[in-house]
Amino acid sequence: MKSQTTQSHDHIDSNSKEIPLDWFKPLEGANDSANTVVRPSLSYWKDAWIRLRSNYIAMGGLIFLILLGIMAIIGPYLTPYTVDGTILADQNQPPSSTYWFGTDNLGRDVFTRTWYGARISLFVGIMAALIDFTVGVIYGGISGYKGGRTDNLMMRIVEILYGLPYLLVVILLLVVLGPSLSTIILALTVTGWVGMARIVRGQVLQIKNYEYVHASKSFGAKTSRIIRKNLLPNTMGPIIVQMTLTVPTAIFAEAFLSFLGLGVQFPVASWGVMANDALTTILSGHWWRLFFPAFFISATMFAFNVLGDGLQDALDPKLRR
Amino acid sequence: MVRYILKRFFMMILTIWIIATLTFVLMNAIPGSPFNEERTSNEAVQENLERHFNLDEPPIVQYFIYLKSIATLDFGPSIKKPNSTVNDLLGRGFPISAELGIIAILVALLSGIVLGVLAALRHNGIIDYLAMTIAVLGISIPNFVLATLLIQQLAVNGGFFPVATWQSPMHMVLPTLALATGPMAIIARLTRSSMLEVLTQDYIKMARAKGLAPYKVVIKHALKNALMPVVTILGTLLAGILTGTFVIEKIFAIPGMGKYFVESINQRDYPVIMGTTVFYSAFLVFALFLVDIAYGLLDPRIKLHKEEGN
Repeated sequence: MKSQTTQSHDHIDSNSKEIPLDWFKPLEGANDSANTVVRPSLSYWKDAWIRLRSNYIAMGGLIFLILLGIMAIIGPYLTPYTVDGTILADQNQPPSSTYWFGTDNLGRDVFTRTWYGARISLFVGIMAALIDFTVGVIYGGISGYKGGRTDNLMMRIVEILYGLPYLLVVILLLVVLGPSLSTIILALTVTGWVGMARIVRGQVLQIKNYEYVHASKSFGAKTSRIIRKNLLPNTMGPIIVQMTLTVPTAIFAEAFLSFLGLGVQFPVASWGVMANDALTTILSGHWWRLFFPAFFISATMFAFNVLGDGLQDALDPKLRR
Repeated sequence: MVRYILKRFFMMILTIWIIATLTFVLMNAIPGSPFNEERTSNEAVQENLERHFNLDEPPIVQYFIYLKSIATLDFGPSIKKPNSTVNDLLGRGFPISAELGIIAILVALLSGIVLGVLAALRHNGIIDYLAMTIAVLGISIPNFVLATLLIQQLAVNGGFFPVATWQSPMHMVLPTLALATGPMAIIARLTRSSMLEVLTQDYIKMARAKGLAPYKVVIKHALKNALMPVVTILGTLLAGILTGTFVIEKIFAIPGMGKYFVESINQRDYPVIMGTTVFYSAFLVFALFLVDIAYGLLDPRIKLHKEEGN
């Protein structure tokens, strides 16, 4: 019996033109409603969004960040005070209806300065993430796509950069370049892109051997098109997660550097600068001067971290329930 | 194995050399002599000072003097503290910083692993959510914020602990807590996720099926394997703890290396900045080297050369 089927199979294979049409019959009930697509088809991003939406903690983080972004834009205009305007008669005032978050030892309005600090922190975080993204994707993409000796050499360089102690290099650069907003971003990204490059390279290395990439290639697609249309969209998940987690790292680094006296300089206020200024108030009981910058640094980092975790779960199709 | 160690050793030396060179180039890129701001000095004094610090030599000669000083672990005199050399500062500060760092990393490891294991064993239970909330909070609150909050609440308002300095075990509690919380949170999250993965493996079911006591299954079979990822991030954690000591020592007025480093930054004391940076970097790179070797020895699956992926 077995040998017989094999034989007939061979027969069909070699003379495929001769299969009589009446061999094919529609299956009973093939057009039943069971086979029609009822639900709307979901794209990857829609699917991820639905999963993210059901994650309340991550959504909480997202909403907090949106509100923070809005306040960073309009917050400083809600008060009659400026970021460095000192009102000498009103030093160290506790929060009140005149000064919503109180004032500091120079009579500056903490409310205004807090939102100004939000601008700095968000700007540093987002710029660092964008620069890391650009450099990391290009570097990692080339390394992974080219492979071979190029990859080997490029990864050696990455390995060495990865071995450099991040904050020490940043501190060193800032000592030399002098602290300012642009030098902080520059210092943070000089070695910061390495993590992104490693992730992109790993993904590209894996994806470039998938069938759809070969198919695309066999249709004559140029390298740039393959990278743009095949590779990048399919590495976007891990890249976005990495970017979301870069932002709190950069925000922390900025606050940390400001705290060491290497952050943005007077008259600009950042949360790190405010916390550093308020350090002397631990003993005097002017709690609001420390509380507000400390709270917003922590809450912002928390929000980015939970959003990153949520995105990680949402963007990974393997975790789909 | 020996080839791998040699290769890693070579990489380590190369990295340290790159850091040293980078430090030198950057420090020389700063315009002006470090003594320009000294108003009292006249030209003769200036010249003497420059000769004393080898600043009258051409840069390339200075570079080799500098490399030699690193190789012989003699980082030269401090500019702003005329009576001490960089080595004096390192000798005074490092033991204290090391004490703080070691206590912090032990606390972080122990509590992080315990928290992670408990969370994994009670997956999706109250303990899990509690532990993970603590972990995300620990990652999100910067160590210097935590330090100031701890001082304000537990030292100033509560009076349970001394406010600052480094003398008795009671003095050590708050700085250690402030320094260890971040790494603890990272370890807890990592332990939890890797424990969850390991606990679904067949050999765990097997160990349970043969009637092994639950704690033995967890400790001997699960934890042993689940801790491998923790070993891999030890180097990164150490770097975090090390840079953390800068701010923690500043806040608590602990006379460690971090405090001298921050002081040297604020005073632009270049020999101290260069010496400490190179020392710190060499220390970290060496620690990473040890971690890599340890990882290779611990995990028989690793053939001791990384190819694809990470």
